[in-house]
Amino acid sequence: MKNLIEIRWHGRGGQGAKTAALLLADVAFSTGMYVQGFPEYGPERMGAPITAYNRLSAKAIRNHSNIYEPDYVVVVDETLLDTVHVTDGLKEDGAIIINTSRSAKELLPRLRGYKGRVCTIDARRISLETLGKYFPNSPMLAAIVKVSSIMDEDIFLEEMRKSYAHKFASKPEVIEGNMKALSLALQEVQ
Amino acid sequence: MAIRDRLSGNEAVAVAMRQINPDVMPAYPITPSTEIPQYFTSFVANGQVDTEFVPVESEHSAMSACIGSEAAGARTITATSSCGLALMWEVLNVAASDRLPICLALVNRALSGPININCDHSDAMGARDTGWIQLFAENNQEAYDNMVQAYRIAEHPDVMLPIMVCQDGFITSHAVENITLLEDDVVKSFVGEYNPEHYLLKDGESIAYGPYAVTNYVMEARRAQMQGLRNAKQVALDVAKEFAAISGREYGFFEEYKMEDAEYAMVIIGSAAGTAKDTADQLREQGIRAGVLKIRLFRPFPAEEIAHALRNVRYLAIMDRTEDFNTNCGPLGAEIKAALFNNNYHPLTLNYCYGLGGRDVTVESLTSVFHDLMEAAETKDAGETYRYLSVRE
Repeated sequence: MKNLIEIRWHGRGGQGAKTAALLLADVAFSTGMYVQGFPEYGPERMGAPITAYNRLSAKAIRNHSNIYEPDYVVVVDETLLDTVHVTDGLKEDGAIIINTSRSAKELLPRLRGYKGRVCTIDARRISLETLGKYFPNSPMLAAIVKVSSIMDEDIFLEEMRKSYAHKFASKPEVIEGNMKALSLALQEVQ
Repeated sequence: MAIRDRLSGNEAVAVAMRQINPDVMPAYPITPSTEIPQYFTSFVANGQVDTEFVPVESEHSAMSACIGSEAAGARTITATSSCGLALMWEVLNVAASDRLPICLALVNRALSGPININCDHSDAMGARDTGWIQLFAENNQEAYDNMVQAYRIAEHPDVMLPIMVCQDGFITSHAVENITLLEDDVVKSFVGEYNPEHYLLKDGESIAYGPYAVTNYVMEARRAQMQGLRNAKQVALDVAKEFAAISGREYGFFEEYKMEDAEYAMVIIGSAAGTAKDTADQLREQGIRAGVLKIRLFRPFPAEEIAHALRNVRYLAIMDRTEDFNTNCGPLGAEIKAALFNNNYHPLTLNYCYGLGGRDVTVESLTSVFHDLMEAAETKDAGETYRYLSVRE
């Protein structure tokens, strides 16, 4: 991997973009990386646009600024494409990953001239199929791991199983659904 | 064996508090407080500590309850942030003048107004002259390490003063980062038992805390209190030395980063110091001798030592993450300039107000500060010596 990978998450309050950034930091940590996962707080309202960030590095991280030129952008809510400049500063050798049922080609006109790789994942469908409810963050997490190749997929799944076992200790019935969501997203992101 | 983990700054401080297992924690449990009491109360509920948690109706009451409990002889802790610290202000002074080594975990956030919840140092800087010891942290590791060292400094018989352990709101408090924790029993034996010489519930001893002092005694009481703060300097160094022995991590009054041959230097406090180090590295790649001095101990202020560390610097930027409205400089600016003046060092000095209300601090914005210094060096003119960084005017 590169020395430093910077990721910016765009979501809406209540969708779990912040949690997804913290989970990514968690799982990257467990594979031995130096990590940062942090949210940018505005007025906290359900549905308001929110931003969260990750730095993942082989070396200790000292920079505490927000991220303006990310390697990857993850868009948890497609409607943000029309209201937030999600591709600002995004590196052209990086990628944007969007939660959508549309194709990359269809979305391109809404990406303000971004020339890099555009990846899509239907996290809503995957989530409804595997969990019966709309929690996009597990599929989005798998999608960014796949697209960025920051870690081996098997190790990722193994570490996520441990992480869910801890997180959902009081409701273990949702672990399998989440694991399925991850596996499906790894296959389906394109 | 050290424990590798990844925690937010709030979690890191809460873990240190669990390991310390203080006797009493009065705290106001909701906003403007932080997740620290929230995490800690779960430790209380789960029986991982035997601390008496006292939920109070305000921050003023929190500190008042701290004073009562610490005076009674119990090791006492609290946590707050922003306006919560402001509401404690009256009783912060009482805690210090009563010589009570209370510990306060502070998450630095802006004071109102405009209403804002994000990082700056206006809360801690507003309380800088209340007689408390103040330690600041660059990252989660330092916040944790400072918390582990706090009681050893505060409770030392030569000190006996309250201590504030500060970290930057959101930037470290809500950011998950790598951290190395000490084992519970290592912290427990490092911190030790609290055995104050005098306390209210001590059998066979009568003592009063906080009585009226007639004019004939106030100056002597203040002088003795100041001596306690002065003594805290040596104690902080001694404790840091012992801490290094158990952790391998070294602390002093401040950290000098690439200062040996620095021509241009920046003095800064808190999380932006890490960004400043990255900035210095980039400038050094361009052949510019940049250095960073990061303050850890702000109260007592290690004036002479800082002046000595800056003795060869020709161009100096002092960074204040607060506006104290004296209109000439910020609090750190005033302290550093006084220290330099007293020691007869006179670098060209610019003082910046930056990062208010969470305004982001980047390598680019800090690079512009060094460029300002270089321009002043070239023109031999400091121009406006008190400036705002990254502001729209």
